[in-house]
Amino acid sequence: MSMLQTIADYFPFIPKARPKYVTESGNRVHGLIAEYATSAEAYHAAEQIRDAGYKKWDLHTPFPIHGIEEAMGIKKTILPYIVMKVGLGGAAFGFLLQYWITAIDFTGFTVQGKPYGAWEPFTMIVFELGVLHAAFASLIGMLMLNGLPRWNHPLFSSDRFLSASQGTLIIAIEANDPSFDPEATKELLEKTGGKEIEIIEDAD
Amino acid sequence: MSAMHPDQVTAERLAGLRPGAAGRDVDMGLGDGTLTEDPALESPLVLGDRTFDEVTDIVCGYAENPAPRWWFIAFSIASTIAGIGTLFILYMIITGVGTWGLNNQVDWAWDITNFVFWIGIGHAGTLISAILCLLKQKWRTAVNRSAEAMTIFAVICAGIFPGIHVGRIWFAWFLFPIPNYNWIWPNFRSPLLWDVFAVSTYATVSVLFWFMGMIPDLATLRDRADLRLRKGISKPFSLELPTGHHLVIDAITPDKIRAKVYGFFSLGWRFSSRHWHRYEAAYLILAGISTPLVLSVHSIVSFDFATSILPGWHTTIFPPYFVAGAVFGGFAMVLLLLIPLRAVMPNFKDLLTQRHIENMAKIILLTGMMVGFAYGMEFFIAWYGGNEYEVFAFTNNRAKPTWLFDDGAPYWWAYWAMISCNVISPQVFWFRKLRQNPLAVWVVAFFVTIGMWFERFVIIVTGLHRSFLPGEWGMFFPTWTDIGIFVGSIGIFTTLFLLFIKFLPTFAIAELKAVMPAADPHGPGHSDPNAAHDHDAEGGH
Repeated sequence: MSMLQTIADYFPFIPKARPKYVTESGNRVHGLIAEYATSAEAYHAAEQIRDAGYKKWDLHTPFPIHGIEEAMGIKKTILPYIVMKVGLGGAAFGFLLQYWITAIDFTGFTVQGKPYGAWEPFTMIVFELGVLHAAFASLIGMLMLNGLPRWNHPLFSSDRFLSASQGTLIIAIEANDPSFDPEATKELLEKTGGKEIEIIEDAD
Repeated sequence: MSAMHPDQVTAERLAGLRPGAAGRDVDMGLGDGTLTEDPALESPLVLGDRTFDEVTDIVCGYAENPAPRWWFIAFSIASTIAGIGTLFILYMIITGVGTWGLNNQVDWAWDITNFVFWIGIGHAGTLISAILCLLKQKWRTAVNRSAEAMTIFAVICAGIFPGIHVGRIWFAWFLFPIPNYNWIWPNFRSPLLWDVFAVSTYATVSVLFWFMGMIPDLATLRDRADLRLRKGISKPFSLELPTGHHLVIDAITPDKIRAKVYGFFSLGWRFSSRHWHRYEAAYLILAGISTPLVLSVHSIVSFDFATSILPGWHTTIFPPYFVAGAVFGGFAMVLLLLIPLRAVMPNFKDLLTQRHIENMAKIILLTGMMVGFAYGMEFFIAWYGGNEYEVFAFTNNRAKPTWLFDDGAPYWWAYWAMISCNVISPQVFWFRKLRQNPLAVWVVAFFVTIGMWFERFVIIVTGLHRSFLPGEWGMFFPTWTDIGIFVGSIGIFTTLFLLFIKFLPTFAIAELKAVMPAADPHGPGHSDPNAAHDHDAEGGH
């Protein structure tokens, strides 16, 4: 069920889990957002929320804050391994492509009497195809690990959230976090210096 | 000026009519405040005591505000030239390569010169985004976006020339690893085929790099358009006509188009720190793999020449020499484009400071010296190697002026144009006053661009025009088609660049913010006692 839920946002026909909290209008509660004035405040707030045991929450900032991974407890991404594997695969493909064409399928070009399967002239294209595949892997891998592209999200319904792309720093805690409690979470956000706390509804 | 800031004071600040917030600008006594010679002081990267919101307003303003009049004039001229150039290309394709001045002796001329010229220019963008990123040069954030854009447009122009140079372009698919109807595959031992893979990989990776860098900034543009739509302050489409009237079309709301188009390409970016973490990892990986890539591309381009047996081409110094020349010519083009923009675009000077220009001038001086060293080394090896054909190629085909020697080189003027533009003109940057003067830097960049075109012309045409038998000697004269296509490629490049500065984020907004002192969560001067100087230097945010 939980696997299905992760992709339920993309496919409307997948039934969603019963919401833990609903607003008076009957919409599910996506979570709470709070605004922070400076990156130092947001950084320290992130440390406190991490220590309070929250898992499904995020800090939205117009620029990457240096060292925020530690403050939020984000694990190191596996992206480099994906890129390395795809890149090496691309390089191997480059070699096999050239070797098969030049030494196996079509031995029509005798160049200076050198062996058909000589690897030296293949190095350039092996390198280029390795880089090409690695580049695609890093962009597409980054997007897929991030769950992007995803053009619709409950957070976009908030005007305040949209200003996170300009100068505002926003912490969003999701309602389906096991530690989430409307009152206690709001108190925590207030205690850490969060201003303009707002409930985000998921109108679906 | 900006729809997001209706109040007069902010609007004037954003228009560059009013200085930064009172009393907080730090005057370091030199230039615009960024030219300090004290290595303990870190020059501010963004001037005018800007907040994050203001930086956003400035950069997004270029894409959101109505295009200024100079933009329309420049765009009309550039796109007309591009159109005429395209007609010349069409004429050449319909009629044949004979419309160029090529002959049996000089069978590569302006076409390949232009190809190498443009592909060389296309190196600065990736160099700035990749190598300077790995070297943690924060000042790159001011120029990387426009330099990457320039890279892609230059590679597009470069791609035209080998494409049409094959003559019968409907056989261009022979370049790809596909067997033809006689089951003949392309030859993987030919540097020309390596070149196909190198240039197309480079073009693709540059586009990916550019696009990935733009995702957050496109999301910023999307959110601003969306906010204006929600607040109901979006304006209908309006165009100022040359007569002074305004053409207003109520049915079109640009913000709706912006929200859709920027929204589509920003892929739903939410500025999440968890996303930023992977984004930064991906950026670093792309920088890491682009660094050897950018070095490989011009090396492979140089193999087109170096693996031949022609005197003047058959040299091992070519790969590093071509790479240094590409960086040299690429930075010159960046300066050539950005220095005029500093003058005409509001607040551009606060984001692209005099320090940035000085840094690029220093890179031009360095790479100019490297290129000069390579020119000298070619001569030395020609003499030291004891190959008389090689010596002849360098002295009698290139260097000796005909008015001084009876056996002089008919292309001596091209050679000396190259030397004076590439080796002599950057030497003015030894003087601090000149490398800190944007006009002087622009003039040198202009000369360097001309010199780098001549460098490729000298290599290609003087290498070919006199073969081993004097009976095969000939000259190359360009035709109108040669000239038209080259000038047309400049038009295509300029048109694309003008479209870029009007419709896309000209600066990497997110990266600019990340290097501003206020972005540091530990605050300037708090975590590191040695950074106390920075606190003063950066305006005490």
